[in-house]
Amino acid sequence: MDRVNQFAFKIATANGTGSASANSLIMQAIFRMGIPVTGKNVFPSNIQGLPTWYEIRVDKHGYTARTPTFDLMVALNPATYQKDVQEVRSGGWLMYDSTWPLDARLTRPDVAYLGIPLADMCNARFSGSRERILMKNIAYAGALAALLGMDTSIIRALLTEKYSRKPALKDSNQQAVDLGFEYARKHFPCPLPIHLEAMDKTTDSILIDGNTASALGCLYAGATVGAWYPITPATSLMEAFKSFCQKFRRDPETKRNRFAILQAEDEIAAVGMVIGAGWAGARAFTSTAGPGISLMNEFIGLAYYGEVPAVIFDVQRAGPSTGMPTRTQQGDLMLCAYASHGDTRHICLYPADPREAFEIAVAAFDLAERFQTPVFVLSDLDIGMNDWMIPKLTWNDAYRPDRGKVLSPEELETARTFHRYLDSDGDGIPYRTLPGEHPKGAYFTRGSGHNRYGGYTEDGDEYADVLDRIDRKIQRAARAVPPPIVRTAPGATIGLLTVGGCHAACVEALDQLAREGLAIDYMRVRGFPFGDDVARFLASHELVFVVEQNRDAQLRSLLMLETDTNADKLESVRYYAGFPMSAHHVVAGVKAKLERAA
Amino acid sequence: MTYISKPTVHHPALRKNELGLTRRDYEGAITTLCAGCGHDSITAAIIQAFWELSIAPHKVAKLSGIGCSSKTPAYFLREAHGFNGVHGRMPALVTGANAANRDVIYIGISGDGDSLSIGLGHLCHAIRRNVNVLYVLENNGVYGLTKGQFSASADPGSLSKKGEANTMEAIDGCLLALTLGATFVARSFSGDKGQLVPILKAGLAHNGFAFVDVISPCVTFNDHEGSTKSYAYTREKNVEVVAADFVLPTAAITTAYDPGSVHSVVLHDGSTVRLRKVDDDYDPTDPDRSYTFIRERHKEGEVVTGLLYISPDSSDVHEQNQTVEMPLTKVPYEQLCPGSAELEKLQRGFR
Repeated sequence: MDRVNQFAFKIATANGTGSASANSLIMQAIFRMGIPVTGKNVFPSNIQGLPTWYEIRVDKHGYTARTPTFDLMVALNPATYQKDVQEVRSGGWLMYDSTWPLDARLTRPDVAYLGIPLADMCNARFSGSRERILMKNIAYAGALAALLGMDTSIIRALLTEKYSRKPALKDSNQQAVDLGFEYARKHFPCPLPIHLEAMDKTTDSILIDGNTASALGCLYAGATVGAWYPITPATSLMEAFKSFCQKFRRDPETKRNRFAILQAEDEIAAVGMVIGAGWAGARAFTSTAGPGISLMNEFIGLAYYGEVPAVIFDVQRAGPSTGMPTRTQQGDLMLCAYASHGDTRHICLYPADPREAFEIAVAAFDLAERFQTPVFVLSDLDIGMNDWMIPKLTWNDAYRPDRGKVLSPEELETARTFHRYLDSDGDGIPYRTLPGEHPKGAYFTRGSGHNRYGGYTEDGDEYADVLDRIDRKIQRAARAVPPPIVRTAPGATIGLLTVGGCHAACVEALDQLAREGLAIDYMRVRGFPFGDDVARFLASHELVFVVEQNRDAQLRSLLMLETDTNADKLESVRYYAGFPMSAHHVVAGVKAKLERAA
Repeated sequence: MTYISKPTVHHPALRKNELGLTRRDYEGAITTLCAGCGHDSITAAIIQAFWELSIAPHKVAKLSGIGCSSKTPAYFLREAHGFNGVHGRMPALVTGANAANRDVIYIGISGDGDSLSIGLGHLCHAIRRNVNVLYVLENNGVYGLTKGQFSASADPGSLSKKGEANTMEAIDGCLLALTLGATFVARSFSGDKGQLVPILKAGLAHNGFAFVDVISPCVTFNDHEGSTKSYAYTREKNVEVVAADFVLPTAAITTAYDPGSVHSVVLHDGSTVRLRKVDDDYDPTDPDRSYTFIRERHKEGEVVTGLLYISPDSSDVHEQNQTVEMPLTKVPYEQLCPGSAELEKLQRGFR
């Protein structure tokens, strides 16, 4: 049976051999053919030599979740060959480098083998060991183009664009593509039953990773100070911000920078710098992962209690401790919601894809300044570092930053008095002032006990007065965070609630279950504290599946702590092995419970 | 009680500076430190320095960590914003604040526990970045608020109040700063206001990290016989090697010096520091020789004080990063956001 525009394949190579450019060439070519495509990079915590994989899913319906079975395996790494062979579905294909004989013990009778002498061909055509290795990887892209029916003119155009300033590289890449292409066409029936046919489903879309999109959000929100400590998988966020700033934030006359990026000595200092900059009136942020959040805890409490805006991007990776730095997870939900000692509760935002990563980044700065508090943006490695197909980002030029209640020097001049922590508007949000502006605006920010006038206190009532007001303030933010995404199914009595990067797997699973006759309402929360709509969703369903990517059902715990929902009503579905969640994880979890109940 | 404010009614005969302000206008709340605490003398010197320089108090931001010393920003410049952060990590806060608004004048107050133990790393990196701040380390060799434990600046053999001898090597903030490439390193004594005030003024004018270690005896826990941070010990062992005079760019130089003994350093803002060498062997513009000199004298039991090192061509973090002259907080949003057309254009590269 032909499977046109609906299949998945996986490429196994070694890290640092240039396979990344071949893989992105393949992704882009499929995307430009108008066919929905997603790529998942499964990479090691290593620079060179360890195994790495790239998974590409082509789906005409636009499903983007990871799929665990592969129609075609491009097995180019002898170190993982044995395992890779096992991952091909029965009736699938396996491409290998036939320069070396294949170990007969590794062959499967139900898989078709496509041997291509990639190394031989490239050794004959190219000189220099590095070039031979790099071109070998480009050659497999050419072979795939023939086997999958890719549009070769698109590949040619992509190489021309990519190497517009290096024509020699363009030529050698094109030669390598042609080598693979011609060999495959001559020796195998091309295209395979799994293949591509041009569509028009990507015209208004882009391919982008979430960290780049978040960085764009920071740029557009008007962030001027970024402080950070390098950490996988958050590094590319600040690096993207830096390159955008270098492009868009140079004073045209003086060539000086309208931004400051500070690479701190550790994550503690990074968040301290963000808090210092926020206190002084800049939009400031840091990008980090779980280990960084652990270190930042003390400072986060200071910003919460001293009421200083700060934006913290947590690109989650598999914990605890160092965990698996190059694998994805949603393990920091609890940590961020109540970070730091003492009574705290923080605004958390949860994007599900790069488009939301862009929009939510902007929202984070507005919320941080409006509520004068740290705001967490929790994405994950899958959202942050993988290439996603999303509708083009749009920007409303009428947008202006919400700087919150900051008194100007003019307002201070005419004001009778100013007290930093006084709730004069009854909304829990006091007025603040910036240093250097007006003598009447002076106040003392402190993490020690203070009263509503900003004075030091050890008086229990005065202390509680401020602490309770901050609680009211943060609870009010539930109405200001992005609302949940809801999808209702007619007649559904059960619900499914999830967060962030589980979205793609959940919607695909729900479609599949609907086809099997099971109607389930869907909610994806996008902000914490949860609003009333979340409580209502839980209350209005007899059973709610809570889908998330961590061992301890942290989202479910948050729901139990923050709403009056009974524990036995919330059925946990979890997957936390470090790969992006697949639809089958959700389907299996739902069915297991329903079968038990039946 | 740091919220008790001082009366603001002044005697009409009090001297006024160029802004028409008296020293009282540079004061803060009444101190809650122990009577006789060295830190209060430093506070008085800070008030004097800002007053003499005619800096409007609200143009200043004062930041600190945690500990006795870190309480003192409440006791000066009541019209300046204050930030009492977390223990040891004020350098991070001031780095961020300075990145955001480079026009504010920053003073950081820290102690030896704050700077040399829990926050040692942050201090080192703020020095490396050369953040433009006057950083005052009020150094008493002891943890006062937790009642008398040794700090990292306690000398080996120095005795605690209970008679216990310190066994570990001390961290000398000035030597540390010199090894890290600091551009301004000074040491003074809280009991010598005449020496300290010009150093603080020069530190404020310095474009970069001005590190000032001030020996500031703790009258309650570290002022006894056997302590090397007591008033008596510091008075006896303190040796001034360089005396600094600070001259504003506009001021006429009236004092005549013997030309052979004076070294003038012109600072970023045009002001001049005139260094009078008390010790002929000392060169305050050579960091390596300064380092060796301080160490040698320390071995002989002397506490070398003065403006120990100053680099006239200091380039601060903003110069290193080529930040715009205008504070980032003042750059209009229109100059920060590229707009929808650029976004559209940019995304052509994402296909």
